Amino acid sequence: MSDMHVHPEVVTSHEVHSDEHHVHHHKETFITKYIFSQDHKTIGKQFLITGIVWAIVGGFFSVLFRLQLGYPNETFPILETLFGKWGAGGHITPEFYYALVTMHGTILVFFVLTAGLSGTFANLLIPLQIGARDMASPFLNMLSYWFFFLASCVMVSSFFISTGPAAGGWTVYPPLSALGQASQGSKLGMDLWIVSMALFVVSSLLGGLNYISTILNMRTKGMSMTRLPLTIWALFFTAVLGVLSFPVLFSGLILLLFDRNLGTSFYLSDIVVAGQVLPNEGGSAILFQHLFWFLGHPEVYIILLPAMGMVSEVLSINSRKPIFGYMAMLGSLFAIAILAFLVWAHHMFVTGLNPFLGSVFVLLTLLIAVPSAIKVFNWLTTLWRGNIRFTPAMLFAIGFVSLFISGGLTGIFLGNSTIDIHLHDTVFVVAHFHIVMGVASMFGMFAGVYHWFPKMFGRFLNNTLGYVHFWITLAGAYLIFWPMHYEGLAGVPRRYMDKSSWVSFNQFTELNKFVTVVAMIVFAAQLLFVFNFFYSIFKGRKVRSQNPWGANTLEWTTPVRPGHGNWEGEIPEVHRWPYDYGKDGRDFIPQTEAVGANESKH
Amino acid sequence: MSTATVQTKWWSGGKSPFNVEYGKLMMWYFLMSDAFTFGAFLISYGSIRFSQNYWPNPNHVFDSAPGIHGGAPLLFVSIMTFILIMSSVTMVLAVHEGHHGNRIGVIKYLFWTIIGGLAFLGCQAWEWHHLITGEHAVLVNGKVELWGQNMRHNPWGAIVEGVNYNGHHVTTPGPVAFGGYFFGITGFHGFHVFSGVIINIIMLIMAWNGTFDRKGHYLMIEKAGLYWHFVDLVWVFVFLCFYLI
Repeated sequence: MSDMHVHPEVVTSHEVHSDEHHVHHHKETFITKYIFSQDHKTIGKQFLITGIVWAIVGGFFSVLFRLQLGYPNETFPILETLFGKWGAGGHITPEFYYALVTMHGTILVFFVLTAGLSGTFANLLIPLQIGARDMASPFLNMLSYWFFFLASCVMVSSFFISTGPAAGGWTVYPPLSALGQASQGSKLGMDLWIVSMALFVVSSLLGGLNYISTILNMRTKGMSMTRLPLTIWALFFTAVLGVLSFPVLFSGLILLLFDRNLGTSFYLSDIVVAGQVLPNEGGSAILFQHLFWFLGHPEVYIILLPAMGMVSEVLSINSRKPIFGYMAMLGSLFAIAILAFLVWAHHMFVTGLNPFLGSVFVLLTLLIAVPSAIKVFNWLTTLWRGNIRFTPAMLFAIGFVSLFISGGLTGIFLGNSTIDIHLHDTVFVVAHFHIVMGVASMFGMFAGVYHWFPKMFGRFLNNTLGYVHFWITLAGAYLIFWPMHYEGLAGVPRRYMDKSSWVSFNQFTELNKFVTVVAMIVFAAQLLFVFNFFYSIFKGRKVRSQNPWGANTLEWTTPVRPGHGNWEGEIPEVHRWPYDYGKDGRDFIPQTEAVGANESKH
Repeated sequence: MSTATVQTKWWSGGKSPFNVEYGKLMMWYFLMSDAFTFGAFLISYGSIRFSQNYWPNPNHVFDSAPGIHGGAPLLFVSIMTFILIMSSVTMVLAVHEGHHGNRIGVIKYLFWTIIGGLAFLGCQAWEWHHLITGEHAVLVNGKVELWGQNMRHNPWGAIVEGVNYNGHHVTTPGPVAFGGYFFGITGFHGFHVFSGVIINIIMLIMAWNGTFDRKGHYLMIEKAGLYWHFVDLVWVFVFLCFYLI
């Protein structure tokens, strides 16, 4: 008698699903098909389109504050027309400036590059690439999107209250964020920010649990872990990072909420604000920074890893070569996921951290250069002597590698606590993280959208617009952020809306105007992409063949427009890894093809 | 007893590598996530507590029980802890009955688990009430004030030698962080217990209606059980950090 309880439905969960989903096509209404859909593909599209809307808002905010930074002394009456008291006299008011910067960071980091990126592609790709009918729990998956939607609504509502949205920076450091009397943006807007982020954590948790259990439990027959495409591995580690780091942010925010509303002193001590001595004592503002960055640092990998995974996939397919060093790629992803939890205090080198502790964090931070360099090496060697097809997706993938190298190198500067004394809080930091994490991940996301758009909508995006979009964005990204490195090295600080009172920085006046102009052009190019995206959904060139890119992975074995359940009939069985390109004289060999007797080993 | 001779390739796809359905896997990962939430709270508490010069002695703070005014250090919290641990035992029994498909047994032990959870919450309510409404003589700016324990101040400072108030000794104000963390963390744990009771009630209703018999298994009870044991385990750490150390 075995004491192990084996339940029949455990083993046959796929079959149960297949009966449910494709044998009898249940009638779907507009609401169950497009709004409260439980189909992972539709949920992925919902995340993507919500993310695009947020990206337009967040990007537009950056254009507004760039306008201030480039032209601090000029007036733009349209600002008053559009924003009323926030743009009084055609000037961006200081409160508005800080609100714009805070919201730009929050929106882009969380709503676009977390929900919009991993929400979209984890949903779309996990079931399709591992060979499952849907997520482990389609219902919780749907809830994940709607919690994100709710979080979005709360955040948007904070734009329309009289004291404005949160304005203490996306890191919401107390005491500024904890004391309503400290600034306009620390009043109701800050509470709404916390509530919105709490909802966002719930969304991310529901999504992440689903992604992990789907990848572990629902792989089709033959799909061992080392036959998974690197996208799936990247999304897996992303989900693990999210599940383990977001709860710590959640705890930190709960304590912040208490400090704001219940008079506790978790983060507050010895404070005088507006001439008033506060009774709070015994708290520590540094504690919040530890809690915040315990999420905050893994968060940059939550943003970056999905881009890395998709880029690996796109590079291999469009080089018509196997990915170089699959196991090394996998090991690097794992190493990055572990190190992501061990480096958070490098954001705090100058906040009074013990210098010895700082040196430990320097060591761990610089260690990340090792797996990062391995990945870069492997991407370059994948491209090396490949039969490259320069599709827009491929261009964005190569652009990602370029940006990751450029931004990664400046990370080595900042990771040294001694150099950080000079560089911290300058625009050098802004340039570094925008290139390595922000723009690079956007490039990964664009590579994913251009590559999998045919799978999402059964149509292609327009290539010409894609090329225009790519070149303007790549050139623009460097033209915007490259100058900031020089300015930062010269000591130009971040977070100041008007630097004209520093005589020594007047030499940068024209450069700042240049950056602002480029930022506007790049923003316009993104609108071009948005047009291309929505136009192509309805009018794009139709996909005629099942496998338009000649790719090996399972999503291209589904019908051109797969229904809920993905495959008609049986789910295909997998016999090989996904990177057999240019092997034994064949252009590509899909994962579903059995290994031949005379086939060479890879 | 049989010996397995065929090697099963657990990780090669087509089956769950852990031989569990996805729901239990999700529950385990959720609990890991929740452990980080509590971990963050408790580590924050530790970092603040050990940066203070003085911390109240829990044997003085928690020395009462209903009908006993002082002199019974940690008695009441021991009873609370015992109740919660006993509710974990009844939960184990409910899961065990579920394995055998015994509906009546499941209902019986779930019922006792729910009672245990409610009793624990009741105890916590009494303890909070006792702390908040208590009156302790505290020397503030040269005058004696009567304080309870709340989020904004703490009456458990050092004893002021040679000062008496109605026969009681008088203390200086204690560290304010004490109340914030105590109410914050035990409250967050209590919220978990409350959620667990709600989940167990839903499980009870479903068992009562025969839902699990129709499904042919009681896996949902196992998942609720995982959550309940986790909440108990967290209490062990909360108990350790606030009452024992």
